[in-house]
Amino acid sequence: MSAQLEASVLGLTPRTDVGRGSRRTRGMTRAAWLFIAPFGIFYILFMIWPVIYMIITSFFNTSLVRKGFGSFAGVANYHEMLTRPDFWSALWHTIQFTIYTTPPLVILAFVFAVLANRVQHGQWFFRLAFFVPFILPSAAIALIWTFIFTPSTGLWNSFQALLGDQNPLPVLGTPSIAMVGIAITTLWWTIGFNFVLYLAGLQDIPRELYEAAAVDGATQWQQIRAITIPLLSRTTTLVLLLQIIASMKIFDQVYLMTGGGPGISTQVLLGLITGTAFTDNRIGAASAASVLLFIVIVIITVARQVITMVQERRAARND
Amino acid sequence: MVSEAGTSTRLSRRGLFRGGLGIAAGIGLAGGLSGCGSALSAGLAGTQLAPGTIMYWNLFGGGDGVRMVDMENAYQASKGSAPLQAATFAWGNPYYTKVTLATEGGAPPDVAISHLTREKNLAEAGLLEPITDDMLASVGLSASDFNQKAWENQKVGRNTYALPLDTHPFVLYYNIDVCKKAGLIGSNGRLVPIHGTAEWESALTAAKKATGAFGCTVSTVGDTATSWRWFQTLYSQRDGNTPWLADGGTKLTYNKELTLDTLAYIQKLTKTGLMPATTDYAGAQTLMFTGKSAFYLEGEWEITTAEAVKGLKFSMEPIPTLFDKPACQADSHTFVLPRKNRSPEQLKTTLEFVRFLLGQSMTWAEGGHIPAYLPIKDSQAYRNLKPQSFYAPAADFAVYDAPAWYSGSGSNFENVVGAQIGLVQQGLATPKAALASIHQQLSVYADTPSPL
Repeated sequence: MSAQLEASVLGLTPRTDVGRGSRRTRGMTRAAWLFIAPFGIFYILFMIWPVIYMIITSFFNTSLVRKGFGSFAGVANYHEMLTRPDFWSALWHTIQFTIYTTPPLVILAFVFAVLANRVQHGQWFFRLAFFVPFILPSAAIALIWTFIFTPSTGLWNSFQALLGDQNPLPVLGTPSIAMVGIAITTLWWTIGFNFVLYLAGLQDIPRELYEAAAVDGATQWQQIRAITIPLLSRTTTLVLLLQIIASMKIFDQVYLMTGGGPGISTQVLLGLITGTAFTDNRIGAASAASVLLFIVIVIITVARQVITMVQERRAARND
Repeated sequence: MVSEAGTSTRLSRRGLFRGGLGIAAGIGLAGGLSGCGSALSAGLAGTQLAPGTIMYWNLFGGGDGVRMVDMENAYQASKGSAPLQAATFAWGNPYYTKVTLATEGGAPPDVAISHLTREKNLAEAGLLEPITDDMLASVGLSASDFNQKAWENQKVGRNTYALPLDTHPFVLYYNIDVCKKAGLIGSNGRLVPIHGTAEWESALTAAKKATGAFGCTVSTVGDTATSWRWFQTLYSQRDGNTPWLADGGTKLTYNKELTLDTLAYIQKLTKTGLMPATTDYAGAQTLMFTGKSAFYLEGEWEITTAEAVKGLKFSMEPIPTLFDKPACQADSHTFVLPRKNRSPEQLKTTLEFVRFLLGQSMTWAEGGHIPAYLPIKDSQAYRNLKPQSFYAPAADFAVYDAPAWYSGSGSNFENVVGAQIGLVQQGLATPKAALASIHQQLSVYADTPSPL
């Protein structure tokens, strides 16, 4: 009885009265807000506010070691970043990494998922084999691959020497291929995630479709092209978007494996931002660089979204 | 039915809450009972760990870390010592960020280790307490107790902010067996002195013949600090060299001609195969340890690693004077007092702890570092310590990195310059292209007003 009273005070008592329908909805809305509140507060405090703070500080000469925002800088921080050669090179390296990793991570994940899905016995082993690297922390991954890429004596260089290359290039020590080394590391590390998404998508495709196609005499390849790929297009859209964003935010592997070197040939934007903020103590300038990266990611995401929409509309028209 | 369910949920929720309180209280109690206090309970309650505890932060890993822990243990075993809580962090920029943020956040350690070249920036940012003569005198120390090169270099304006513990120069290691084979060992069992580039190259050539691989090794890949140290050592040996930076880093004042020439010389050594063009930090030492090279260039702290190699006979000397005058790149570990409100007792306890560690400099010296505390450095015991005492003179011709808000050990300056020197060593960049890239990148920093 007392519980009911308390509940009614909170507006939680279920009501069946049709005439008070609007009140009921209001009550439910309030309950919904109550449930969202804990998360909402953290979201505002630790997501929205820092973003606003970042945008504000990007217009000031904010220093890590001085209280307050510091002197007003106008667009000087943006001007500095946009005229700094190393900002452009870091942006290019970020995009370069995205280009190196996104296509293989999407295509290979798809291929492996299709193959694993066809395995009759012991499928668990393939799922495990592809997914296990993903659960390792980036520090462990960096150690493993730095070891493999050790100049002269590492596994990769030893293998090259075995094939007859007496002075193999150190992968992480050569500006032109260091990023490739990091991309391969990332590929091995993260392919499991996309693989699992594709596998889940594959298992949602009804078997009857393939059976019907087989009865009609479609080859394996035709089945993949006409059934698998189109029915997985939503998964592909998701995988592609998540992958581009993840690749644009590359940081750990570079920080741990090359520290941005040799020279600045693998320095990426997040590395530049971290250095500017926490080594140079220049929060304002780092915020400006962060805002610019944010804008780049938004542009790429929106562009990709627009392309998909156009494609879908064209496909619908063709139907 | 509904009411019952509701009650039971409510009860269990309350129970959970009570349980949580119980756990929290338990932690608090446990902390209170165990005299030294638990970091968790103190953190939760925001209280001091235990009255009078000294919080000490440092950045010593490897052999240094082991020796520092020995020194801390000696302190804690000594009469009248205060409770000590020491924390070790990974060295480099992240360490200085931690010290900076902790001090800004009002929870700094009582005393911290800083490189001399980074201490100036911390001081200029207002993060350190100045150390007065009176404060030193209160624990029986004075300026004359320290190596004067380190002492003069730590000053910011006229103020002292740091008490130097050591000088750690870039030195020459050599494999005795290999050098004997190459005829480079004198009758006193030490390396025959080498003067000038011609003697250096002929020594390296003889060593290369003896090893069948290399004469000397220094890391060229993935280690900007070492590349900078090697270059800066040779550059500083030349007459007419100017500091790389001036006016707090707003001006780039390196001598272009000498820089290009020194870079070309470094490249020549790897191009001719006397030194390996591509080897990383671990690879460079392994080559010398395994007899594939006679010499190895690195800071003296790797002595611990070398001593751990079974059957390796090695010794050390200052870097030979290849050009006009003796010089070597170096830095010092120093004690600093982060800005915080200290009672006179707290200050005294902290300084007594520092003095005690300085008194333990012999332990520290075994790890390769040249003590900055003169009563130890001038002692017979240190003179008998070999090969450490062989390179001790290097502390007097040590060259510290030029002060700037972006320079110092492990700084952006070292990263920018060292990275390009590494490419020169590897033969992937010409001295001219490397210097152009250095100039372009450093100009960005030079043109930026100091955030300190």
